[in-house]
Amino acid sequence: MKISLNWLKDYIDIDLSLEDLARTLTMLGLEVEEIRVVGLELPQKSDRSEFKITGLGWPSDYFVVAQIDEVMPHPDADRLTLCRLNDGGADLIVLTGAPNLFPYKGIGPLVKPIKVAYAREGSVLYDGHKPGYELTKLKRAKIRGVESFSMVCSEKELGISDEHEGIIILDSDAPTGMPLAQYMGDAVYEVSILPNMIRDASMVGVARELSAVTGKALRVPQRSVKSNGPNIAGKAAIEIRDPQLNPRFVLGLIEAVTPRESPYWVQRRLRMAGMRPINAIVDATNYVMLETGQPLHAFDYDVLKERANGERPTIITRPAVEGETITTLDEVRRNLDPNDILVTDTAGPLSLAGVMGGLESEIRPETRNILLEGASWNFINVRKTTSRMHLNSEAGYRFARGVHPALASWAVELCLQRMYEWGGGQIYEGLVDKYPLPPQDPQVEITVADVKRKLGITIPATEIADILRRLEFKCQVDGDRVVAQTPPIRLDIGSGEVGKADVIEEIARIYSYNAIPETDLGDDLPPQGNNLALDHEEKIKDILVGLGLQEVITYRLTSIERENRLALDRNELNPQSYVKLRNPSAPERAVMRRSLLASVLEVLEKNVHLSERLAFFEIGPIFVPIKGQQLPNEPRQLALAMTGKRHNSAWDVVEKGQLDFFDLKGVLSGLLESLHLLNVSFEPASHPAMHPGKCAQIFVNGNSLGYLGELHPQVKERYDFLSACVVLAEIDLDKLVSLTPLWFESAPVPLFPPVLEDIALIVDANIPAERVETLIRQTGGKMLSAVHLFDVYSGEKIGTGKKSLAYSMTYQPQDHTMTAAEATALRNKIVRRLEREVGAQLRDE
Amino acid sequence: MPANVGGTTGNKCPSLFVGTGLFFGGFMEEKPKIISELEETRDKALASLSQVNDEEALQNWRRDYLGKASQVMLTFASLGQQPKDMRALLGQTANQVKQALEVALEEHTQRVKQTALLHKVQSEQVDVTLPGRAPVQGGLHPQTQVMRRIFAIFAEMGFQVYRTPDVESDLYNFELLNIPAYHPARDMWDTFHVEGEGVVLRTHTSPGQIHAMRQNAPKPVRVILPGMCYRYEQISARSEIQFNQVEVIAVGKNITFGDMKGTLNGFVRRLFNADVRTRLRPSYFPFTEPSAEMDVECFVCAGKGCSVCKSSGWLEILGCGMIHPAVLENGGYDPRVFSGFAAGMGPERISMLLHKIEDIRYFWGNDVRFLGQF
Repeated sequence: MKISLNWLKDYIDIDLSLEDLARTLTMLGLEVEEIRVVGLELPQKSDRSEFKITGLGWPSDYFVVAQIDEVMPHPDADRLTLCRLNDGGADLIVLTGAPNLFPYKGIGPLVKPIKVAYAREGSVLYDGHKPGYELTKLKRAKIRGVESFSMVCSEKELGISDEHEGIIILDSDAPTGMPLAQYMGDAVYEVSILPNMIRDASMVGVARELSAVTGKALRVPQRSVKSNGPNIAGKAAIEIRDPQLNPRFVLGLIEAVTPRESPYWVQRRLRMAGMRPINAIVDATNYVMLETGQPLHAFDYDVLKERANGERPTIITRPAVEGETITTLDEVRRNLDPNDILVTDTAGPLSLAGVMGGLESEIRPETRNILLEGASWNFINVRKTTSRMHLNSEAGYRFARGVHPALASWAVELCLQRMYEWGGGQIYEGLVDKYPLPPQDPQVEITVADVKRKLGITIPATEIADILRRLEFKCQVDGDRVVAQTPPIRLDIGSGEVGKADVIEEIARIYSYNAIPETDLGDDLPPQGNNLALDHEEKIKDILVGLGLQEVITYRLTSIERENRLALDRNELNPQSYVKLRNPSAPERAVMRRSLLASVLEVLEKNVHLSERLAFFEIGPIFVPIKGQQLPNEPRQLALAMTGKRHNSAWDVVEKGQLDFFDLKGVLSGLLESLHLLNVSFEPASHPAMHPGKCAQIFVNGNSLGYLGELHPQVKERYDFLSACVVLAEIDLDKLVSLTPLWFESAPVPLFPPVLEDIALIVDANIPAERVETLIRQTGGKMLSAVHLFDVYSGEKIGTGKKSLAYSMTYQPQDHTMTAAEATALRNKIVRRLEREVGAQLRDE
Repeated sequence: MPANVGGTTGNKCPSLFVGTGLFFGGFMEEKPKIISELEETRDKALASLSQVNDEEALQNWRRDYLGKASQVMLTFASLGQQPKDMRALLGQTANQVKQALEVALEEHTQRVKQTALLHKVQSEQVDVTLPGRAPVQGGLHPQTQVMRRIFAIFAEMGFQVYRTPDVESDLYNFELLNIPAYHPARDMWDTFHVEGEGVVLRTHTSPGQIHAMRQNAPKPVRVILPGMCYRYEQISARSEIQFNQVEVIAVGKNITFGDMKGTLNGFVRRLFNADVRTRLRPSYFPFTEPSAEMDVECFVCAGKGCSVCKSSGWLEILGCGMIHPAVLENGGYDPRVFSGFAAGMGPERISMLLHKIEDIRYFWGNDVRFLGQF
């Protein structure tokens, strides 16, 4: 909402600086987003400028109200005129091309001088002929032989609006010679209105808030002009079919209004508020809506009478019928449903209640007699209508948030007066007012203790009452208790405990949030527990980072097609098994992911040209719909993907090693070891995305944790990867976390020296290395503290179909120093077991 | 080569020495020739030692003057053949010479070694401006890092992490938070709806408030609720369809607006710096009342106005308020007895402020050139 300071001052005295006013409004909950200065002095650039300030000041020495006494033709140019102008001093000749002066050209001295905004030589103002707002300085120049050094200004040149077709013609009572800033200098505050403060989408509303904090009196405008016409009785009738939808409907009547231009100050204020002035009738409805917050609607009374065959028109409000249509002012034909509310007459729909008028009964240039509507509507219905139709109107905006029905008659009365003042005519006496459902404005009881309990401060009852009275609550004080009656201007105060909270918010707001001292939480600390899922998860991240992997966080929204890339058999993923959006923002973000691996692989693909080594992991949920369950399961997963070089190259070393299956296996083994998981095994397995010969399933104590492997070459072809292989793993994080021990035992450092021994064994190529190692460990028992495979060889030397596995073993007795004989015995035992179980032969060196 | 000079001289000595030894005994008064020869050799050896400056020459010197065939050693060997009265003196002299030579050799050897080391060190200079070899390095996503900071600060104040699902019912995401259908407040969230009745992607972490309260009522609650939230937006440098939020709630019998200020100011001071200025502005959230926005004085320009704070000198950092009575009741607490506060913040916004990140899309874009900076 754009608040003109000049206009606001009609309702309250303001002696704050431009920035202090912005600060005050912001601290009331009326956040100021921008201040646009239109004529007033621009604030000095200071160390702390809290607001975006734009606009133009009009220094008194340069910008004044002047009067044109005669408009003369230019000797050489038809499109230019020479104005004899007085700026409060001497007579001057000013050159202008303003088309709105042409009617006065060459008619001799004017009987009624034209008041204009005059800028003297040296003024800085906006260039009216260039797009946008570009500052320029008035310099002396000769135009077609006539010297020009000053100008009469358009609105654009002064920064009032975009209007630059003609010059501003001020109201005739503008005092010649008065500095322009003093006459109409202004600043516009762009204020965002919170949903529960729609009452402040009005000048009076904002003034009321300011009055509450500054203590300055609020001047509520009231109809002051007496009716000069007959009584309205019998001129129109109202029928409200559903008071829940339409609690109140008020009509006023004014006849013989001239739809002329409104006074300049009205037009200027409307423009400042972002509205386009039309004529006195339309301007009055808009002006009063901005003033009071009550949207109004003007019907052409003659059209209504005609539709009623010359009889008294009857206005009927009712829900629309399925299939009904209305063509609104914007010339759009709209299909209605029973949720929409219509204002109709006996002939059919007149307007979409609370949102937009109908085209048929619109005010026309020839309209003279006005039936003026002020009504209130159920905000939910209006909301449904505006959101379904994507219709944003000033009226819809306010009604969809709730306008108090009490405002209707006040606003109608004010508007009739404005129409009369700006367009003349005859105001009918009285209103037709149907008010079947006045709201129950809640009475809220609040005690000093209530305030203390919520805010932590003690405010005496009299001060509580004082604050609330400034917001027009009617208050009774009884000891520590205040009974506050909500004023009939707002719908945001509830009753009971909610009402108390609502009122306490108002107290805190006016008292100032920043005046409430901060305190430390003194309440009982709830029992604290552990949070293993999170703790382990964070630990896993740290371990993986230590192992050289980069964490990524990807979109949880994806598409089935994107995930399908990863499945060798594209039918594997069933569309039914996805959480799907009803209103996706883009087709590639239409479902919640089922595969974390697919997301991580996309990241790998995206970065593949950016780094010679890539190693990523992500931890996060996937989304699995469950039949018969409203919400999906969200199991957490760990996905890893790596490709490229094993180490980084340097200026003297070019890394040749490429990351492969065993690098990833090393990472996973390292992770499981760091988590102190025992009984880990990797078994050959198959996975739809992985190379059938390079894929393993991971088990811990017989529980499957997930898969690792090389990306299947056929799947890899679907991605933009380089020749290097891509390895990836998918781990059930919830399972991993559940198997991770909370604590573990450490082993003492041995007191006796270890004995190291290497053996090389020849076995059949198909014997898994893990089997050999397991046999070594089993046989070595406690005495064997470490086994390390340090070489794998296959070749002619040892015969085809064979491989050699070389292990270094560490024997570590706990209670004595091992003798050579003991070591030999242990070694022989191990070798014999291997010979027996896997047909191993000791390899001769 | 100066090193060989001593060597050649030494080679000739023993024959002379032996020859004259037999002749020695007759002149007791005069220094026997054999002794003065020993002393001469000693002086010559010591003099030549200073010319020796490498390991090989040292070996040669040792062989010449202290080796088996050296004059001193031969003197010891021939001691038995010397006249009895000479033996003591000769032995003593030979010992002294040997010792002197040994000490000198030891000292000189050290000197030669140090000189050689010094030479070696001087020749080993590298270009220290060449780049170091980059170790393989992993890293945490910046949002994990900022989340951990937030968790840690609140943990110190007794707030534990409580996670709730991304896919929520309309009931938890809206209704129970005092946001009925078609309430004006629904405008504040552009919601992704999931196929099926009344299911949405959570638009905020606030449904976690109800989960946490319902699990704990009537015990007091102090938790933070982190998680990914979703809003139907056009993705741009400023807005994302997916973003993290951290919600903070405390419920108990004696929790006030002042406590909320204290707690949140404490958090902000820990996150930014101890003397950062903050302010609370009235705001509106359906699930809190009174509601506020907390602004932090811009730490980039110290409030003077810059591009980060858009010349306002203040940065919006979180929304907060006292939990609405209807929400407390929905959570299982009697609002006449219990009170509490809630606050919500955007960790991406905090990172963007702390690291001057200008494009929110970087976070889930996962470009290594972005991630590598954290």
